[in-house]
Amino acid sequence: MTSPTPPQEMTMDIFLKGIWEENPVFVMLLGMCPVLAVTNTTINALAMGLATTFVLLCSSILVSLLRHAIPKQVRIATYIIIIATFVTMVDYLIQAISLELYNALGAFIQLIVVNCMILGRAESYASRNGLYRSVISACGVGAGFTLALLCLGTVREVLGAGTLLGYPLFGPSFEPWVVMVLPPGGFFVLGCWLLLFAWLRQRKDRTTEALRHGR
Amino acid sequence: MNQIPVVHKEIPPQLPFNSCAIIRTLTLIAAISGLLVVLVVEWTRPQIAANQRQAVEAAIFAVIPGAVQWRPFTLNAEGEVRQNASAGGTHIYTGYDEHGAIVGFAAEAASQGYADIIRLLYGYRPDCHCISGIKILKSAETPGLGDKIFTDSDFIANFTALDTRLDAGGQALLHPIVTVRHGKKENPWEIDAISGATISSRAIGRALDESASALLPQLMRQLPQFTLPEETTP
Repeated sequence: MTSPTPPQEMTMDIFLKGIWEENPVFVMLLGMCPVLAVTNTTINALAMGLATTFVLLCSSILVSLLRHAIPKQVRIATYIIIIATFVTMVDYLIQAISLELYNALGAFIQLIVVNCMILGRAESYASRNGLYRSVISACGVGAGFTLALLCLGTVREVLGAGTLLGYPLFGPSFEPWVVMVLPPGGFFVLGCWLLLFAWLRQRKDRTTEALRHGR
Repeated sequence: MNQIPVVHKEIPPQLPFNSCAIIRTLTLIAAISGLLVVLVVEWTRPQIAANQRQAVEAAIFAVIPGAVQWRPFTLNAEGEVRQNASAGGTHIYTGYDEHGAIVGFAAEAASQGYADIIRLLYGYRPDCHCISGIKILKSAETPGLGDKIFTDSDFIANFTALDTRLDAGGQALLHPIVTVRHGKKENPWEIDAISGATISSRAIGRALDESASALLPQLMRQLPQFTLPEETTP
């Protein structure tokens, strides 16, 4: 390990950055394809988030360990092979866990290979940092991605099907807002979340500005 | 906002090019990758096979009420029946009761729905000459509209005893299976469509009609061939 062990609060920062400041979905808008496609129920969103986190974590570990051995010219090819390996593993594991879940997620498990977020993290973080920091960062970004997917999946399932985790919430008289589980609903809900986060950020900026002027 | 770490490295005029290192790294990575994939495939294979078998079995028992065991058969183009799931031809799953008597048959049918091809498994009971249940295996119908073919209890009730009697010669269905508009069902061979999901409902009617009219005459002619094989009777 070349990098010295960072102090404790530093690693917490790395972890939280992935969830909040550098949230892959709400801030960086990376990996939008699965975000919009498989968040029609909470379970699908959770499974997709965990599968992506697993791939991100494992590929970060391997890329970080091999970062001095990988020649620059073939680094992208190497990263893709590493990512594809873990995606294939996840693909088989999900089939073994539940066929129903596998059918619900469809081709989007295989498509984790081309999730730009994972390749981006391998290139911009894991290949430049030690194992310890890479693992913390991958966990943070993975958690941020999973949380974001859950935010979308829960809202879409509640509004679009009137259920949460498959259990009906509103009784038989509720008319589901079907568009929410259809593709357009993904854009609507994502747009609303982005709006909320942009507003929160603006408000925070205004407060800091006001404080600075007040002083 | 823009906190994606951008590292500006000074790119040397010419990267040191070492073919040996590249080949070595790629070989190593490919070997690790191959090893990991093979390990996982081997490790999950029995569980995946068990899951698939369980799914098939659950579907068969759902469409043939009363069946407690089943055997796969195939019916090839010449009309020969084989007790072998891997032989070419139409797959027919025969369901038996606890004494080994035939309760019914299950077969696959498919037709173009609204979004994609709908594949389903249907059960047929020779004692009532009727379809005893259907189970959708694959469909991409619109959520909230077409996917009511899974959930609408009135629609599913169509298939608890759908009349599929054969004509006097035993060559074809006496009445073709037809899908009628919602609330217009009068005869036991008609399917009451879901209002708002007429295309999906019709697709199921068409799939059943095509499959049943081709399969059932052959099936009834060769009924004795489907008895439970002796050696496997418990």
